[in-house]
Amino acid sequence: MALIDLANPTRFLALANRVLPWLAAVTAIVFAYGLYRVAYAPDDYQQGATVKIMFLHVPSAWLAMMGWGLMTVAALGTLVWRHPLADVAVKAAAPIGAAFTFICLVTGSLWGRPMWGTYWVWDARLTSVLVLFLLYLGMLALYWTADDPNRAARAAAILALVGAVNIPIIKFSVDWWNTLHQPASVVRMDGPAIDSSILVPLLVMAVAFTLLFFTLHIAAMRNEILRRRIRSMRMMQAANA
Amino acid sequence: MMTALGPHASFIVVAYIATVIVILALTIWIARDYAVQRHTLSDLESRGIKRRSQREDKI
Repeated sequence: MALIDLANPTRFLALANRVLPWLAAVTAIVFAYGLYRVAYAPDDYQQGATVKIMFLHVPSAWLAMMGWGLMTVAALGTLVWRHPLADVAVKAAAPIGAAFTFICLVTGSLWGRPMWGTYWVWDARLTSVLVLFLLYLGMLALYWTADDPNRAARAAAILALVGAVNIPIIKFSVDWWNTLHQPASVVRMDGPAIDSSILVPLLVMAVAFTLLFFTLHIAAMRNEILRRRIRSMRMMQAANA
Repeated sequence: MMTALGPHASFIVVAYIATVIVILALTIWIARDYAVQRHTLSDLESRGIKRRSQREDKI
């Protein structure tokens, strides 16, 4: 089966039904292994045990940005090819991306209080992630309040493309401005600045969170396809009444 | 060896609990939504209502 064949709602549903149980099982196994590695990871020499918050904060921050990146690519599918699955992908990703951004903000706050002495500071990194969260909420509000799904799809795609400007701002905010937030310590030109005893559990947790994101996204896309079928059937019923 | 959580244990524990709550809530919401959509779809199908593409198949 070619990849393009999956861009058909019926084929996507059949594949999702087959793949989801396996994907959920693999996600659970990787999470179990990741949490085991986290439990036995050493404390940081400066931050002590609070470094354990990093194993939640960093993967959720990556997924917050990846979620919007996924929506941006799917938005191109809506605007350029007007493919119905593209809008399904955008709509399904919005609440999941919002949830991971919320986790990123909450865990960051809880990490900041003992390390920085404050839950929140209006520096570039924290503010740009808060803007991302508000963009996600705006996307959800757009879908929930729109009467016409086609107009909602077009508006959501434009919002996704406009909001994509914020992703490089988040990534490079710690380099462009003087922030309280530490600079990048994993994805760096000269390699990770974290010892492997902490880096490996972090990467395992990042894989687990990413698998969880895709499991939930495929499940949410399946729900959205069914919702659109129901809407179509109700419209047919009303037309024939 | 598992280390003690130190003087800031409450921040670490709350961070993990908050994450579990958000992920569980999201998972339950998506699972419930699937059950609702499946139930509604089967209800419509049991009343003989079909999508346009299903009708065209019969022609």
